[in-house]
Amino acid sequence: MNAPSKVDPNVRNFQINFGPQHPAAHGVLRLVLELDGEIVERVDPHIGLLHRGTEKLIETKTYLQAVPYFDRLDYVAPMNQEHAFCLAVERLLGIEVPKRGQLIRVLYSEIGRILSHMLNVTTQAMDCGALTPPLWGFEEREKLMVFYERASGSRMHAAYFRPGGVHQDLPVKLVEDIRDFIPYFLKVCDDLEGLLTDNRIFKQRNVDIGVVSLEDAFAWGFSGVMVRGSGAAWDLRKSQPYECYDELEFDIPIGKNCDNYDRYCIRMEEMRQSAHIMRQCCDRLLKEAGPVSAVDNKVVPPKRGEMKRSMEALIHHFKLYTEGFHVPAGEVYAAVEAPKGEFGVYLVADGTNKPYRCKIRAPGFAHLQAMDFLCRGYMLADVSAILGSLDIVFGEVDR
Amino acid sequence: MDETLNELGAHVKEALPGAIEDVVVAFGELTLVASAPDVVKVLSFLRDDPSCKFVSFIDICGVDYPKRERRFDVVYHLLSPTLNARVRIKVETDEATPVPSATPVFPGALWFEREAYDMYGILFSGHPELRRLLTDYGFDGHPLRKDFPTTGFVEVRYDDERKRVVYEPVKLAQEFRNFDFLSPWEGPDYVLPGDEKASAPKAG
Repeated sequence: MNAPSKVDPNVRNFQINFGPQHPAAHGVLRLVLELDGEIVERVDPHIGLLHRGTEKLIETKTYLQAVPYFDRLDYVAPMNQEHAFCLAVERLLGIEVPKRGQLIRVLYSEIGRILSHMLNVTTQAMDCGALTPPLWGFEEREKLMVFYERASGSRMHAAYFRPGGVHQDLPVKLVEDIRDFIPYFLKVCDDLEGLLTDNRIFKQRNVDIGVVSLEDAFAWGFSGVMVRGSGAAWDLRKSQPYECYDELEFDIPIGKNCDNYDRYCIRMEEMRQSAHIMRQCCDRLLKEAGPVSAVDNKVVPPKRGEMKRSMEALIHHFKLYTEGFHVPAGEVYAAVEAPKGEFGVYLVADGTNKPYRCKIRAPGFAHLQAMDFLCRGYMLADVSAILGSLDIVFGEVDR
Repeated sequence: MDETLNELGAHVKEALPGAIEDVVVAFGELTLVASAPDVVKVLSFLRDDPSCKFVSFIDICGVDYPKRERRFDVVYHLLSPTLNARVRIKVETDEATPVPSATPVFPGALWFEREAYDMYGILFSGHPELRRLLTDYGFDGHPLRKDFPTTGFVEVRYDDERKRVVYEPVKLAQEFRNFDFLSPWEGPDYVLPGDEKASAPKAG
């Protein structure tokens, strides 16, 4: 692939296939790259290799049965996806989540954010040639997944957020363990930054690469870290607060150089801020008691113990797990600040027990379509650095 | 919150007479029902008007209502970071009538329109490359239409004799189960089994 030494009219641009089984493709992405020497002339991403028809399947399932499909979208931060769906259903039903339920949701959303950013930052470092960060980072991810498992019984596919609240309360020991994990985790963040932030190779590969102006970022449908990296102080947790984010203290880091390196720095800082939010949630969870999900028996199924004793609870349990609840007709768009950007669910209900239409608006989808726009004129080696910085997970892109 | 949305809706309706058919505020969200040929005008107005500034493109998707004359809704979602508000624009179309593409206004519409075309067969005029996006190479049909079965028509497997992946018609060991949960007391639009004679005029 060396550039031709003399200009020959017969020399054509070189086309290569990147993926679908390339480790830097972060999943099953096929990029058809048109190269002039080492300069990228055109990028044509072929997606859909992981398309499972989630939206179609949700149309044939009840609202409660639809929740686990959301774990399988962005499978590195599963609960954040469930969150958007639950918010949409709750808006249509008009039910309120009790404070303790909100705190648990926020706590686990922030764990999800760390899970996702930890994966992204470290694998991006791997795309740029570093091997130690993923080894250190994945160790921490494993510990966080244990917290997932202790709350929901599952490391990844949790199905823990339910319309009305969360499935079960957290044991005190678990909340204490999460609280004790935070100072240790902040230390790991410092160690990781020691490996990367001033690393000469990492900077050479990322500074001034993948520059995108704020205007372009909005027009291309970017969200999350991609617009914050371009200088917009825009975070749905602050600007359109859901759950109890408006009662918690945290900062929104923004970048000013609009490049890969700024986005890396933002992700590192967001992990620290997430840890800060988690600490506040843990403190409040240890102090305050209360129900974790709404008490509306027509939506939230009774606990098993109660079901064994009360006839009415038995009827509710049976009806909710077979027929499910009916949602009044209407349409809502509910969005959360997922780690990768704005994850939205556009839900159309027709008054039955199944969604009429459930459009999943994945942030990665909008980011990936701009690959051509972002990579044009950069070198071949920059493609993987830009792709790493976009933070793509194919579960949510292909749905 | 609802008042500002009402004002915003009235403002857009006044500025674009004829293009906006209806303004609805429900569940704290603003929905503008627009006429399909004018959708680009509506989108660029919402983006450029100093009191709207809906510069952030969020989503385009289709919704299928097979019983309607124009069966598809195309739904656009925009966000205004300045106003901190969202807006939804809905237009109606059918299988044959193309909707003007939003790509000149928002480049981010590229894949979203390709997806709507892939999933519903909605056509967009002026789109630079309206080809399939998510489904398999050589796929036939539009899977999110309500008349497309959830199980699909073909299944794939690796054939060891021919040493390649082959496509075959779907064989189900058990019928795909889709229960009807509508209460028979609350007026379903079909006749209950065994109830055929109930509405027939009684003889004698």
